[in-house]
Amino acid sequence: MPAVSMTVNGKKVSADVEPRTLLVHYLREHLGLTGTHVGCDTSQCGACVVHINGESVKSCTVLAAQAEGAKVTTIEGLADGDKLHPMQEAFREHHALQCGFCTPGMVMSAIDLVKKNKNPSEKEIREWLSGNLCRCTGYHNIVKAIAAAAQTMRG
Amino acid sequence: MYAFNYHRAKTVADALKLYKKADDPKFLAGGHTLIPTLKQRLARPSDLIDISGIATLKGVKVSKTAVTIGALTPHVEVATSSAVKKAIPALAGLAEEIGDPQVRHRGTMGGSVANSDPAADYPAAVLGLGATIETNARKIEADKFFKGVFETALKDGEILTKISFPVPEKAGYMRFDQPASRFALVGVFVAKFKGGVRVAVTGAGPCAFRVPAMEKALSAKFAPEALEGITVPADDLNSDIHGSAEYRAHLITVMAKRAVAAAK
Repeated sequence: MPAVSMTVNGKKVSADVEPRTLLVHYLREHLGLTGTHVGCDTSQCGACVVHINGESVKSCTVLAAQAEGAKVTTIEGLADGDKLHPMQEAFREHHALQCGFCTPGMVMSAIDLVKKNKNPSEKEIREWLSGNLCRCTGYHNIVKAIAAAAQTMRG
Repeated sequence: MYAFNYHRAKTVADALKLYKKADDPKFLAGGHTLIPTLKQRLARPSDLIDISGIATLKGVKVSKTAVTIGALTPHVEVATSSAVKKAIPALAGLAEEIGDPQVRHRGTMGGSVANSDPAADYPAAVLGLGATIETNARKIEADKFFKGVFETALKDGEILTKISFPVPEKAGYMRFDQPASRFALVGVFVAKFKGGVRVAVTGAGPCAFRVPAMEKALSAKFAPEALEGITVPADDLNSDIHGSAEYRAHLITVMAKRAVAAAK
C-alpha cells in the first residue's frame, strides 16, 4: 500500500493507505479526527469540509493520496486550547446549530469565506453556503453567526 | 469504490507513459466528477493517473484576441480572474456559477470539458465562443469536439491541455437551474463576433449544440426580440422527471433571449 504523508492541524502524519482511501476516511478512521463528518457522501452536503492548504474543500471527494504533502486543517485544529476560534464562538453565541451534524463543515466553509471576503453581505454569505446543507436551523442563525464572526475577525 | 492503483504524474509525458503501461486507466484531474462516479461504482478503472500536479497545465493567459486557460485551472481561478472578467465577463460568470465554492476550488475546466456531461456549463462556452481545444497531440475545433452523452473527439489516452477562447464583442450566458442539483436544465451561451453570432445550448440535448436559426436572426439584429418565434424542435431533446423535452425546447428560446439581454 502506498504511503501518504501530510500535515494535519500542524502535526506531521503519515500512513500506508489503500489508494481508494478518501481524505475524510483517513482523517476519521486513521487519525481519529471524527469532527469532520460524512453526511451525503455525494459531494453535496458539505459536512466534510476541511481546508487543504488554506482552501475549503469537500474531503469526501478528495483521495488521501491527493493530499500528499499538503497542510490540512480540520475543525479540531481551530481552537487555541480552551479558547474557541471566533467562528466557533459566534456559532455558539448565535445559536447557529441544533443537531450539530453540519456544523464542522459550516464553520470550516465560513472561515474560508471570511478569509476571502472580510465583510460579506447577507446575500454573499447565503450564496457561499450553497455547498453546505443544514436540515435543522433554516440557516438564519448560521448567517447571523458568520456575519458576527466576520466583524470580530476584522478586529 | 473498487480498488485501483494510484500514480502521480509530474509531466504530460510521464502521464502518457503511465497510461500506456496500465490495463484500463483513467486520468484524474480535480476529481469532482470522477471520484463521485467511482464511489457509486459506475466505473472500475484499474489505475488512476493523477495529473493534477502538472504545473504546465494550469493558469490563465489573456491577450487582446483570446483567453487561454490551462486544462487544470480550477473554476475559482477563472471566476475570480480580473483579466478574464474584463475580456469575457460571461466566461468568468459561468465559472462562478458552477457547483458550489468547494466544488469550484477543485473542479477543473479541462475535466468538465473532457467529460462532456450533458448538463455541464463549460461546454456551452466552448461551443458558443468557438474555442480551440488543445491536447498533447493536436488542436480540435469546438464544432468537432462534442460528440454525444459523455462523448468527445478525444481519443483513448489523449490529454486535454488547454482551451483558447476567442474574445467576442459581447457575450452572455444564462442558465435555468434544475432546482435540486442546480445543474443546467437548460443553459444558453450567446456570443457576438464581428463576423456573426454563435448560440450554444447545454442541458437540453445529449451534449452541447448550436442553434443556426438563432445565430442567423441574431447576426441580423442582436436583440432579444430577434428570437421571437424561433424554437428548437423537441424531438431530440432530453426528457426526465425535471422537465419534458417540450419544456426544455421552450426554455431554450427563453434563456437565449435572456442571454442576449445580459450580454456584455
